[in-house]
Amino acid sequence: MTSTAASARPRRYGALYVTEHRLRLVRSWRWTFIATTLGNPIIYLYSLGVGLATLVHTAIPIGDGREVSYLVYVAPALIASAAMTAAVEESMFPYLEGFKWNETFFAINSAPITGRQIVDGTTIWIAIRVVPTTIVYLVIAALFGAVTSAGAGLVVVIATAAGLAMGLLVSSYTATIREDRGQMAIIMRIIVMPLFLFSGTFFPLESLPIGLQWIGWVSPLWHGTQLSRVVAFGLAEPIWLTVAHVGYLAALAALGLWRTRAVVTARLDR
Amino acid sequence: MPGPVIIARALTKSYGEFRAVDGIDFEVATGESFGLLGPNGAGKSTTMRMLSAVSTRTSGELSILGLDPDQHGPEIRARLGVVPQSDNLDGELRVRDNLIVYGRYFGIPRRRVAEKADELLAFAQLEDKRDARVESLSGGMKRRLTIARGLVNEPEILLLDEPTTGLDPQARHLLWDRLFRLKEQGTTLVLTTHYMDEAEQLCDRLIVVDKGAIMAEGSPASLIRDHSSREVLEVRFGSDRNALVAERIADVGDRVEVLPDRVLVYAGDGEAALREVIGRGLDPITSLVRRSSLEDVFLRLTGRSLVE
Repeated sequence: MTSTAASARPRRYGALYVTEHRLRLVRSWRWTFIATTLGNPIIYLYSLGVGLATLVHTAIPIGDGREVSYLVYVAPALIASAAMTAAVEESMFPYLEGFKWNETFFAINSAPITGRQIVDGTTIWIAIRVVPTTIVYLVIAALFGAVTSAGAGLVVVIATAAGLAMGLLVSSYTATIREDRGQMAIIMRIIVMPLFLFSGTFFPLESLPIGLQWIGWVSPLWHGTQLSRVVAFGLAEPIWLTVAHVGYLAALAALGLWRTRAVVTARLDR
Repeated sequence: MPGPVIIARALTKSYGEFRAVDGIDFEVATGESFGLLGPNGAGKSTTMRMLSAVSTRTSGELSILGLDPDQHGPEIRARLGVVPQSDNLDGELRVRDNLIVYGRYFGIPRRRVAEKADELLAFAQLEDKRDARVESLSGGMKRRLTIARGLVNEPEILLLDEPTTGLDPQARHLLWDRLFRLKEQGTTLVLTTHYMDEAEQLCDRLIVVDKGAIMAEGSPASLIRDHSSREVLEVRFGSDRNALVAERIADVGDRVEVLPDRVLVYAGDGEAALREVIGRGLDPITSLVRRSSLEDVFLRLTGRSLVE
C-alpha cells in the first residue's frame, strides 16, 4: 500500500478515532457516570428548592419589573456549574493518563495520529460527556418546577460551551504536568469551587463588594450562567453584555484549544 | 536486491547542550533484521523515536520508506509497527480492546480490526486472556500484547525498543520465536538491545553504539571476528589478586582484560591458553573457556561492559 492511501483515513478521521477510544473507556466507569449525572442535580435541586427555598421567600427581580422564584433563578446556574465541573474533570484525567499514567498519548501518536488530533478528539469527547449531564440536569430541574420556558433548552448548548471554554483552559495546563503532586485537587478546590461560589450562581454578582466582582467577570462560568438566564427566563441585560458573554466564551475556548494543541504537540516530540 | 527502507546520514538529536545521538550513519535493507546494541544511555531509544517518525531530528538526514519523517510523519507511521521500551498499553481497556482501539487509529474498519485482533491474540498466545484486564497480565504477556498491537496494521517495518528487557528466560525465548516468524515472513525488524545474546539471535547486522556514536558495524559473526579472538579464557584468582596475576599472563593470548571479579584472556585456542597459565605455576580458583561474544566486542571497543 502506498503511504498516501494508508494514511488517508487517519488523516481525515483521526480525531474521531480518539473520541471512539474514550467512548470505549466509559464502559469501565459507566455506573459512576450514571450515579453522578442523576445524583448531582437531584441533591442540589432538592436542597435548594425544598431546603433553602424555605428561607428565601423573596422573588428575585430579573429586570423590567419582572421577578422569578429563587429556584428558577439558580437552576440555569446550577446546570452551567455541573457542565463546568464535568468538563474540568475530563480536561484533567485524560491528559494525565495520556502523558503520565499509561503514556497512551505516545502510543496513539505512534499510529498516524497527530497531537492536534488527540486534543481535538478529546475535546469532542468532553462535549459528548457534558451534553447528557446538562440534559439530565435540565429535565430534573423541569420536574422540580424550575424551568419556565421552552427557551431553557438552549441552556444545554450554552452550558456545554461554557464548560468547554473552562475545560480547554484547564487542559492547556494539565497537558504540561510532568509530576502528579496533587495539582488536580488544587484546581478543583482553588479554582473550580470559588468560581462556583462567586460567579453569580446563588446571588447576583452585583451583591458582591466591587473588589470581588472581578472574579465573575473573568469567570467563564459567570458568562455562561448569565447567558443561560437570558435564554431560560429572559433575564434583562444590555445587548452588548450578551454579545460580550458569547465573545468571551468563544475567545477563551479558542485560546485554550490553541494552547493545548501546542503543548501536546511539543510534548509528543521527545 | 531491494533498496534500503531506512537511510540515516549524520543523524543527530540534541537536548540543549547534550547530544543524545551524535551524527550516526546507517542503512537498513528491506527484510533485514537490524540491531542497535549498546548500554543504557547510548542513544538507542532516541534513535528509535526518530525512526518511529515521532521525534524530529536536530540535524542530518533521515529517510524512512523513501519519505522524510519531518514532512510525512503520519504517512510513514501508517506503515510502521512500534514496540516502545515501556508497554504503554491502555490499562483501563481489556486485552482484546487494546488491539481493536489501536487498529482503529490506522483507519481499519471495525469488522476487519476485530478479525485482526483475534488473529493477533493467537499469534501472541493470549487467546485465553482476551477479556482479561491489562493490569492482570504478567510482564511477558504485556510485552507480547504490545508486540501484537504493533502488528495490527501489518507493518512493513517493526521497530522494537528493548523487546525482552525484564523478562524471564522462558518468556524471552517465546518472544524471540515470535520475532523470528515475522522475520521469516519478510517483515523488516529494527531492534535495540543491551543483551548480546539477543543481538546474536535476532540480528543479521548490527551497529554497536555508545555515547550517541557508532563504534562498529557488521554481522554478529564478523564483529566478533574483527574485534575479538575466537575463544576467551576466563580465570578467577580472587578479587585482590586478579590485577597482579594479569600482568604475569599478559602475553599468553592476544590480549588480556581485567574485570573486578575475573581476568579475560583472548586467544584462538582457550584450552591451550589455560594449560599455559597453569604451566606458569598459577592456580586459578575457577576457569572457563567459551566462544567470544558481542559482549567481548563491546568491551574491546569501549573498555566497558554492556550491563553494568
